[in-house]
Amino acid sequence: MTEQLLFWVFAILSCGGALAVVVTQNVVRMAFWLVVSLGAVAALFFLLHADFLGAAQLLIYVGGTVVLLVFGVMLTASGHTIKVQTTPAETLLGCGVGLLLLCVLVFGIKSVEWAKEIPGVGDSAAAADQAEDAKLASDVASAKTDESRQAAINARDAAVARRQSGRTLRQLGLSFFGLRPDRNLNQEQGKPLAPGYLLPFEIISIHLLVVLVGAAYLARAKCRATSGLEADL
Amino acid sequence: MGSVGLEEYLIVGAVLFVCGIVCMATKRNAIGVLMGVELVLNGANINFVAFSRYTPLGLDGQATALFVVVLAAAEAAVALAIALNYYNNHLTIDVDRGNELQG
Repeated sequence: MTEQLLFWVFAILSCGGALAVVVTQNVVRMAFWLVVSLGAVAALFFLLHADFLGAAQLLIYVGGTVVLLVFGVMLTASGHTIKVQTTPAETLLGCGVGLLLLCVLVFGIKSVEWAKEIPGVGDSAAAADQAEDAKLASDVASAKTDESRQAAINARDAAVARRQSGRTLRQLGLSFFGLRPDRNLNQEQGKPLAPGYLLPFEIISIHLLVVLVGAAYLARAKCRATSGLEADL
Repeated sequence: MGSVGLEEYLIVGAVLFVCGIVCMATKRNAIGVLMGVELVLNGANINFVAFSRYTPLGLDGQATALFVVVLAAAEAAVALAIALNYYNNHLTIDVDRGNELQG
């Protein structure tokens, strides 16, 4: 129940923030609404039990990328550039195309019966968690004596605590080293081994280095255009 | 207020994606276009994580989403450097004036 309430709160926050980014014309306010939207998305990640990813989203996106964007706004904002308006016809056209695209996507999502299309969507982690919850709750309800009742309550709390403590961090870290304990342990013989992410991890580290060098090269200080050019614009 | 499943998360992702597309299409400020790109990438990320939770995909969706986050940060840095360079040369950030970028 709490999870549903939290989901709707954060879903509305993220969608509303994204809509406000589109509607607002002031770039600084757009950056603020982007923070709201990305923060709500991080909360949705936590609700999806992706705790490391949610933390990374908060650190990298909200703490890094948006700050970078705000610096970009500050370095490029000077009077007339802070509000560059689009014409109403363009806005109308964009909103019409966007609504059509949204209709296509929503009808596409609604028309697929996910339980039939994806084998095992019923016995996924979420369904397993729900079944465990129901079993533990029935254990607590059916306990006869005080001691067995207390033991059942302890078991329920331990299960909830185990689920809420970062279960993804160690597995994600190992998968970046090319090891997949979540897939390759306790499997039947002959099943092909699941691949890890060692090569993409190395590629992305080189990529980040190249990006740093490239960004520093591109943004280096050069002589500005003269003010005579500004009069031409 | 029904139970929350895969579909609801996919719809949230679709809304974010469409908002990002409209933002990229209608904004004339280059920084606004960048914010639209961030929204699109976040919509895709929600889909990845929702599938990794509600299907047997397991941890693969989360690992992919992590790569997307890192790539988005790198892309923002480079695009911002280009926007600053563009502003230094043209004294404006209006993307409609970018037809004379060559050279």
